[in-house]
Amino acid sequence: MIVAERKSIPELLDMLPNNSKILVLGCGTCVTVCLAGGEREVSIISSALRIASKTWGLGYEVSELTIERQCDNVFIEQAIEAIEKVDVVLSLGCGAGVQAIAERFLKKPVYAGLNTKFLGVLEERGVWTEKCSQCGSCVLHEYGGICPVTRCAKHLLNGPCGGSREDRCEVRPDRPCAWQLIYHRLKNIGQLERLEKIAPPKQWSAGLSGGPRVIIREDHRI
Amino acid sequence: MSLNNNETTIVAFCCIYCAYAAADLAGSMRLQYPSNVRIIRTPCTGRLEVEYFLRAFENGADGVLVAGCEEGSCHFKEGNLIAKRRVNYARKLLAESGLEAERLKMVNVSAAGARLFTEHVREMAENVQRLGPSPLNRAKTRVQQEIKP
Repeated sequence: MIVAERKSIPELLDMLPNNSKILVLGCGTCVTVCLAGGEREVSIISSALRIASKTWGLGYEVSELTIERQCDNVFIEQAIEAIEKVDVVLSLGCGAGVQAIAERFLKKPVYAGLNTKFLGVLEERGVWTEKCSQCGSCVLHEYGGICPVTRCAKHLLNGPCGGSREDRCEVRPDRPCAWQLIYHRLKNIGQLERLEKIAPPKQWSAGLSGGPRVIIREDHRI
Repeated sequence: MSLNNNETTIVAFCCIYCAYAAADLAGSMRLQYPSNVRIIRTPCTGRLEVEYFLRAFENGADGVLVAGCEEGSCHFKEGNLIAKRRVNYARKLLAESGLEAERLKMVNVSAAGARLFTEHVREMAENVQRLGPSPLNRAKTRVQQEIKP
């Protein structure tokens, strides 16, 4: 899922115009699960904005709404009425959600209330880790299901770099060395011979380096 | 400080298994504590969400006291520890929003700690009085004064 983190209240205050009607718009999908932009966070951030507004006399009129998914037109329709009533929208969706809302309301300023961080998983309660860089040509099968593109700080496809200490990454000592994990995983599943193969340079144009991507499924188009 | 300080209001969320019983005992023991404290009985401090603290300030509280069981003796094992983390998060949010973090505080009191409870309440009331009314209430008071004939 997409993992995001809330912006600080001072950052939001810098962004939002004084004396305006603001809709804090949450999203019920990924950002709800990562506790950044769901119904509860909408309530908390709205409350904090109201407190800041009264404290500093900013003149905000804050309303709240959470829709099932901000990146989907079907659900955005449920927010039309609420959005039309306000001056600005503070979206607590991921970057895709913010843009989806902005594209559909041409004359309405839409601001991002979150910093969208990465594609990851819930490791334990309150801890999320990055797992996928969306490189566009997955190589996970070669590396025992552990992604060197994302989880190796140097993105080495022919690792390890030799800089790890114990089993920790040289660049981020709080994270494990991906190549250590790859070695153990391949050993456990009896595929260590995969490491003897030299991986050729990766086709990075399948990722963001090739420009913004689009997927068209003719079989599903109307 | 005066026991009848009516300038400020403190909301005290008290766990029914400890601090609420301690407040009750304080009453039975005729112990005095500031009268500007409004006690709200809660099933466990772990039931309290961050929104509750923020809403209390939005609705006119000048200080919020969260009183849970002593660490290690929560009736639900770790409700008070959950509350502690939520209070810390809410304090950070309050500070970001322009309110002093000291206006929100968590304390731990056992059901037998009537005297300790009154001390915590007194200390909180003194701190809040030192900070003055919440800026949210000051704004309201100013408006009320302005429209007075």
